[in-house]
Amino acid sequence: MKVLVAIKRVIDPYTKIRVKPDGSGVEQDNVKMAINPFCEIAVEEAVRLKESGVCKEVVVVSIGGVSCQEQLRNALALGADRAIHVDVVQTYSPLTTAKLLNAIVRQERPDLVLMGKQSIDNDNNQVAQMLAGLASWSQATCASKLEIEGDKALVTREVDGGLETLQLNLPAVVSTDLRLNEPRYASLPNIMKAKRKPLEVVAADSLGVELTSHHQVLEVVVPASRSAGVRVNNVAELIDKLKNQAKVIE
Amino acid sequence: MSHLNILVLAQHNNQNVHADTYSALTAALQLRQLAGGHIDMLVIGSQCQQVGQSLSHCADVDRVLMVDRPIYQDGLAENHAMVLQALAKNYTHVVTPATSYGKDVMPRFAALLDVDMLSDIVTIESADTVIRPIYAGNALARVKTQDSLVVMTIRATAFDKASPADEARAEVVALDLDYRPQLTQLIKREQVDLERPDLTQAQVVISGGRGVGSKENFAMLETLADKLGAAIGASRAAVDAGFVSNDLQVGQTGKIVAPQLYIAVGISGAIQHVAGMKDSKVIVAINSDPDAPIFEIADYGLVGDLFEILPELIDKV
Repeated sequence: MKVLVAIKRVIDPYTKIRVKPDGSGVEQDNVKMAINPFCEIAVEEAVRLKESGVCKEVVVVSIGGVSCQEQLRNALALGADRAIHVDVVQTYSPLTTAKLLNAIVRQERPDLVLMGKQSIDNDNNQVAQMLAGLASWSQATCASKLEIEGDKALVTREVDGGLETLQLNLPAVVSTDLRLNEPRYASLPNIMKAKRKPLEVVAADSLGVELTSHHQVLEVVVPASRSAGVRVNNVAELIDKLKNQAKVIE
Repeated sequence: MSHLNILVLAQHNNQNVHADTYSALTAALQLRQLAGGHIDMLVIGSQCQQVGQSLSHCADVDRVLMVDRPIYQDGLAENHAMVLQALAKNYTHVVTPATSYGKDVMPRFAALLDVDMLSDIVTIESADTVIRPIYAGNALARVKTQDSLVVMTIRATAFDKASPADEARAEVVALDLDYRPQLTQLIKREQVDLERPDLTQAQVVISGGRGVGSKENFAMLETLADKLGAAIGASRAAVDAGFVSNDLQVGQTGKIVAPQLYIAVGISGAIQHVAGMKDSKVIVAINSDPDAPIFEIADYGLVGDLFEILPELIDKV
């Protein structure tokens, strides 16, 4: 089978973000970037499917400016076979992302699309579900376990209150949750090898998708910060404060 | 936009209404207050008459639409999104809480209607403008939509829960819609037994992190939780270490909570964790490291060994 993995370049999750003073967005210049952590898990899962013989080819795709080729090379170093960069400069919505991915899906005809459950910048948690809807495929979001059995996938999902297991007809879209696996690090030889793996650049406007967003971000602001707290010296003082000052326990 | 037609997708387990549904109703009421209009609630499920009855007690709801068939039993995004798609032409807004189910079904539905979607909103400013957190809650975006159908999930902790009236008021309407899932099948569902209040609904939450050290040590937190009527939460480190199950995780990738009192025990306060609890009314941090970032957001901080502090706390509350 063939697995397509969609990955996104985002601000490194361990970076403290800075909101621009003019409210136009978040400072992206001179900030460390990385593969979105959930996407890394999706790449790892695809590579494991390949290593176990279930999958023959892993294709990674990313949508964005030329800089996202860096994350595609990272994914190639982690074990993906080839990469597709959908070149887009303007801003676009998750729905447009899903449409662009759907166009790639029609060309590539994968049996399974893997992607992260959400990107840690916009925190939308939409694209996998939207792609599944557009393609009229089965979906399983927030996967913590994935097994392929013939033309079916068995996926355990993390849901409120516990776990549920779905059986999906392939092809299907599966989004990954944190506990699906522990992504590996790229070794130096693999980073070198990744430089020679194929990376195809596709112009977004060749895919027949209108690049729009029906949403306009009017302003990005810093949330109100909490007022500074106090240190208490012992348990008795803590209980006293909670009872008599904050009045949150009786 | 004038005169809104708002549909609230109810969340339930075919018997009881999920409390977050009432937060979504509050969001709908805010929308209606701003621009005027109707509110319908939609129940998709199987043998879920009781859910419809409960919701018919909501004052201010015009109709409760019931789509009740065995094929909807499992809450699959596949056919639930098709029910929404079939009804969408009558509405300007479709609202549901950002729970597992809401996050699963709403984007699929939005894509079927060719509209963008607003996830996890915390404030409604007008019929087309909302505020939502981005970057793990480290920034807030004010977003205006041009879609004629506004599809949104709301963050339940950001909206009070509307309370049902004593007597049934809304008309209950049965709809005959038949969308069988062709591609997806539920195999099993494993619920975690809840002996304590639900994490996202609790007034008091006690969370443990890596510092708690072991599954056995979590028993101390449980004892304290039982004395305070609290729910138990955890950081990702505690979940990954196997101390507790993953549905107790609080944070950007887990549950978002905003209780009256949040007690963080042995939690350093990484941004991903803070994203899930920083809107709590009062935050208490107990940690042996005086430089732990959690103290920057705690109203009351106590530096010390949790193995000395917790037993004393259990004894004295």
